[in-house]
Amino acid sequence: MKSQVRKYQVVIEETHLEMDKNIVPPVRKATAIAVIANPLAGKYQEDLEVLMEIGAELGGILGAKAVSALGIEPAKAESYGKAVVVGENGELEHAAAILHPRLGAPLRKAVEKGAALVPSSKKIGGVGTPIDVPLGHKDAAYVRSHFDAMEVRVSDAPRADELMVCVSVTDSGRPLPRVGGLKAEEAKGEDGLR
Amino acid sequence: MTVVLRKTQIVVEETFHEGGPAREQPRQVGSIACVIENPFSGKYVEDIAFFMEELQPLGLQAAGQLLSAMGGDSSQIDGYGKGAIVGAGGEREHGALWHVPGGYAMRELLGDTRAIVSSTKKVGSVGTRIDIPITHTNAAYVRSHFDAIEVGISDSPQVDEIALILVMSCGPRVHARVGGLQSQDIKGEDGLR
Repeated sequence: MKSQVRKYQVVIEETHLEMDKNIVPPVRKATAIAVIANPLAGKYQEDLEVLMEIGAELGGILGAKAVSALGIEPAKAESYGKAVVVGENGELEHAAAILHPRLGAPLRKAVEKGAALVPSSKKIGGVGTPIDVPLGHKDAAYVRSHFDAMEVRVSDAPRADELMVCVSVTDSGRPLPRVGGLKAEEAKGEDGLR
Repeated sequence: MTVVLRKTQIVVEETFHEGGPAREQPRQVGSIACVIENPFSGKYVEDIAFFMEELQPLGLQAAGQLLSAMGGDSSQIDGYGKGAIVGAGGEREHGALWHVPGGYAMRELLGDTRAIVSSTKKVGSVGTRIDIPITHTNAAYVRSHFDAIEVGISDSPQVDEIALILVMSCGPRVHARVGGLQSQDIKGEDGLR
């Protein structure tokens, strides 16, 4: 393993009721988090290759953990998102190196297909910092019912020299979507947008 | 009166190390929170104890879901805890309704558990977090298993809700080394040692 993992956390949320309306089947979201050592903490380094390699590795591991937590076939995943919280001895660009160059391809394998951009967020923070992982439909970014987010946090992470890498996967959109826009069943899923 | 469940949240943490030697097999700690409607919210109700029985099926379901998320092998679980966050329309006593059904459910599922299930409770608002204490399932004095896990749900509990929480763990703290009774030395008869 390229990543030095201190801990994993997997969170599953199921919503059965929203505004007194039964949600059948319940909408479900999962986030898998790896708390890892930041190999570049505390110093400026021009070349971020080591973090890009970690991103490639964690995209597959965390994608598979999230899908497995939902107990679904990979093809049944509907939306996804990713995020990194950088411990205070790192920089935002470390999050970018993990998230953007190589994490997406193995994540898309874990959810089958995934034509759409994987929405992302990043920040620097201390131990216990929460982050809202943005969610979007995996094959058509404009599917409005699937614009959402999931807040996660690990009470003892990230320490100053750590990175907290998060991958979220759902099997559904918001519980009671009714603000119009492109519907999941109308999406073509070819260009990643519609 | 029926139990109305709005949502559940399951969290499973696997820790390999905390600065010391990394383990091959991580230590697991898991929690499940069930957010239900508080049928007694907004007024003082004297007779609430009957609701404990109604919570029993939810307790069993929650314990089963948590165990399954942690791999499904009850023989691996040797620590537990429970708690409740009561929305601001309710009282602490409503959280106490969880003691019997929550504890019973884990004992039922885990088999030979003699130790008290440690617990905590509070009144709170949406996003309130709670530290659920963890102790050994069979001998409360096992020092390596004294621990806690922080649990919270960003949209719960609403004013008229209760978040009911169960926690299970596998093994001692990841670098336990402060002595005391060891799990391999317990008698497991009185629930204490």
